Amino acid sequence: MSFKSEFSKGIVKENPTFRMLLGMCPTMATSLAISNGLGMGLAATFVLVGSNIIISALRKVTPEKIRIPIFVVVIATFVTTVDLVMAAFLPSLHEVLGIFIPLIVVNCIIFARAEAFAFQHGIVDSLADGLGMGLGWTLALCGLSAIRELLGTGTVLAFPDFGFPGIHVFDQSLAAVMVILPPGGFITLGLLIGLLNWLTNRKSKRAQEG
Amino acid sequence: MAKLLVIFFGGVLLNNFILSRFLGICPFIGISQQVETAAGMSVAVIFVMGLASVVTWFFRHMILVPLGLEYLQTIAFILIIAALVQLVEMVIQKTSPTLYQALGIYLPLITTNCAVLGVTLLNVSENYNLLEAAVNGVAGASGFALAILLFAAIRERMELSEIPEALKGFPIALITAGLMSMAFLGFAGFRLEALFGVM
Repeated sequence: MSFKSEFSKGIVKENPTFRMLLGMCPTMATSLAISNGLGMGLAATFVLVGSNIIISALRKVTPEKIRIPIFVVVIATFVTTVDLVMAAFLPSLHEVLGIFIPLIVVNCIIFARAEAFAFQHGIVDSLADGLGMGLGWTLALCGLSAIRELLGTGTVLAFPDFGFPGIHVFDQSLAAVMVILPPGGFITLGLLIGLLNWLTNRKSKRAQEG
Repeated sequence: MAKLLVIFFGGVLLNNFILSRFLGICPFIGISQQVETAAGMSVAVIFVMGLASVVTWFFRHMILVPLGLEYLQTIAFILIIAALVQLVEMVIQKTSPTLYQALGIYLPLITTNCAVLGVTLLNVSENYNLLEAAVNGVAGASGFALAILLFAAIRERMELSEIPEALKGFPIALITAGLMSMAFLGFAGFRLEALFGVM
């Protein structure tokens, strides 16, 4: 497959959140505001691209039996890098994301791509795959965060690290606070996946009929 | 003692790992079709999380802090957890084949359960001492066990009910978990410090 198709499959067809249902914990925990979702998504994208490249480059010299511990060490190295860089340059985002940055180590998306893709494909393909999957996840996170931030606070696009207060849409007293509390995370994501399933079912039914 | 009770009940009810901290969702959804398997997983998780809290505490305070290597924490902890899970698996296999039969397949899965790594990192960020860390580990895992058992019981009933086509499987599981989480939010009104007399 070409670079372009490896890249684009992660965004729509095999989207990690909506299609493969991977990495649910950080998806729900960090989708409180678009800035959080974006930060988390880009951090994971960096780790995914880095670990995919290294694992793909080492795949010929990695013994099959101990590949999992090797994956863990490679992934954990990139995660530590992101953790320290974010703590230095984006302190308030780092504060909000908290333990979910080090927890990228056990994110199943990254493991799944290392095991199912990078270990069997060349460096360029693995880079495209990592970038596509990472951005697909970032988009899903941003979409979910946008819904939760708007309904839960009445404001969108607040970026505390850049001193941007956000766009005020409606008064906070009208906002449904439950949406940014934990139950809102479960229910919003459940309904969103249900909606996408419904759309896909309808499309395939139409294709069958006509 | 009272502080330990606050940590314990806080971990089980107020800050339930699954329903309010979003840790360990994958096994929560993946292994909750039947109450029996959920119970097996719960026992294994309680064991590993308690042990991991203690071992990582010693490792951090005996090796990482004296040598000034705190930045290696994430890498060290995940390797410790992986090794620990492997060790526990081998010990159980040798000493109690029946327990191994029951837990067997769930043990390796625990390495990638983010609740385990999560609890060890929380112990560090909350600055717990050894005893508090151990209690926090067991409490977090008990909260996980409580949530997954309740959820498995609900899912067994859901098998029999009619669900819209598009919501079948994963989406309805998430929505159910959301409603459970809403119920657990009620515990936030408890003031544990006042209840156990810690100020």
